[in-house]
Amino acid sequence: MRAQREDGYDDLLDALADEDGYYYACPAGHGSLPPQQVCPTCGDDELTTEPLADTGTVVTFTEIAVPSPSFSGQTPVVVIADFGPVRLTGRFVDDSDRLEVGCSVTPTVASSPEGNRHVGARFASER
Amino acid sequence: MQAVRIAGAGSTPFGVSSERTGRDLFGEAARIAIDDSGVPRADIDRLCYGNFVGTVTERQGHQGPLMAAAAGVTAPATRYESACASGGVALKSAAEAVRSGAVDVVLVGGMERMHNVTTERATEGLAMAADDLYESRAGVTFPGAYALMARAYFAEFGGTRADLAAVAVKNHRNALGNETAQFQREISPTDVLEAPTVADPLGLYDACPITDGASACVLVSESYAAAHDLNAPVEITGAGQGTDSLALQQRESLTRTPATTRAATTAYDEAEITPADIDLLEVHDCFTIAEVLALEGLRLYDPGAAIDAAAAGETTADGDLPVNLSGGLKAKGHPVGATGVSQVVELTKLLRGDHVNSDAVPDATVALAHNAGGTVASATVHVLEVCA
Repeated sequence: MRAQREDGYDDLLDALADEDGYYYACPAGHGSLPPQQVCPTCGDDELTTEPLADTGTVVTFTEIAVPSPSFSGQTPVVVIADFGPVRLTGRFVDDSDRLEVGCSVTPTVASSPEGNRHVGARFASER
Repeated sequence: MQAVRIAGAGSTPFGVSSERTGRDLFGEAARIAIDDSGVPRADIDRLCYGNFVGTVTERQGHQGPLMAAAAGVTAPATRYESACASGGVALKSAAEAVRSGAVDVVLVGGMERMHNVTTERATEGLAMAADDLYESRAGVTFPGAYALMARAYFAEFGGTRADLAAVAVKNHRNALGNETAQFQREISPTDVLEAPTVADPLGLYDACPITDGASACVLVSESYAAAHDLNAPVEITGAGQGTDSLALQQRESLTRTPATTRAATTAYDEAEITPADIDLLEVHDCFTIAEVLALEGLRLYDPGAAIDAAAAGETTADGDLPVNLSGGLKAKGHPVGATGVSQVVELTKLLRGDHVNSDAVPDATVALAHNAGGTVASATVHVLEVCA
């Protein structure tokens, strides 16, 4: 299990766990995720913290049959969902039988078998 | 400005060489390339060397000096790392050094050794090309990332696994008789479609293999080639590099590869060519969908239009635009840090007429090499032309 917190990343996970997710926005409207000193798209350093939408739309997903060692013995399902100004990659934690592109999901926090936290996603209707 | 000629080129056999060290593999590739060039080792001014996961698989950092000694070279040596594009960026740096007039002779190459560790460990090492915080920790593997791109492509443009299978079948067929290729055997569409799933919608035969091997080229200035009466008919006339967000989630599109387009635009402009001038190319087909994305990123096809290029015979050996006549990463193999250089080794031989598939392109004068890192967060494009 990862003992060392990481500024920005773990703060976002804490916020997602509290159903209070956020993203960074620059004056031009580009979205990004922490940690980020400047906008990755235009370099503007005036970043504001904006609330992340409660739900996003799945734009793609995959079930990984040959997993990384962190998920040994499992077949993790990973989605990328569109939340407007930002997209999030997360491990899908619900039964994926009904998962398809266009599904509505909500962000959450998931953990690997070793206990390492990361971004997760679940069906919005089952929140 | 000096024109950059390829004086020598060579690769080790690609495949499983788990008992051969990286220094041994690179030493062999360098020896072949130097012997092919006729250039004395003492004339080599610089070594540009690509490697990705050597710190994981061989626990060996600081490989520049190690590989210089393996090649019998005392010139300044630097390791370049840009994941699977490590060889491509080493090549671009080498070409720039010669073009600028800073040096006359550069040995450029790359090596990867991965079969000395477990498949799980090698996979973990390759996954380091992804964003650790937002991708790897959520379980995204290298095949998983390309599977995400493939499904997004199918959703946006259509296409089927059968279309992708045609890419794998084509590239395996091209590798027949290529004596350095890892897989010199044909496969059928059924083989591809019925192979075990790695990350849906991609199966085992949609993926390139894990490969041990090394490649090297000797680049020389045109004036050096003339002064030493070298037979170096192939010139690098254009070189470009592009960068994109490391994480897929940060990109505007999951079905476009702007790093490839940026690299290609620079290379086309430098070479003063258009995509229509290209006679053959080697592209980074680490997965079948990657070949499709590359052809579109290079502006050879419109977005959404390259998915059936292989199935339609347009990119086969007898098609209008042969792609991956070497077998590509899919069948030739993908010794990661060497791949960008290996593509140029293959193209040099194809253009010189001493490749097993040279007969497929007897009149070719313009070739392109496309090398990509990660999910194309890094890309290089080199244009090769036969000198008059």
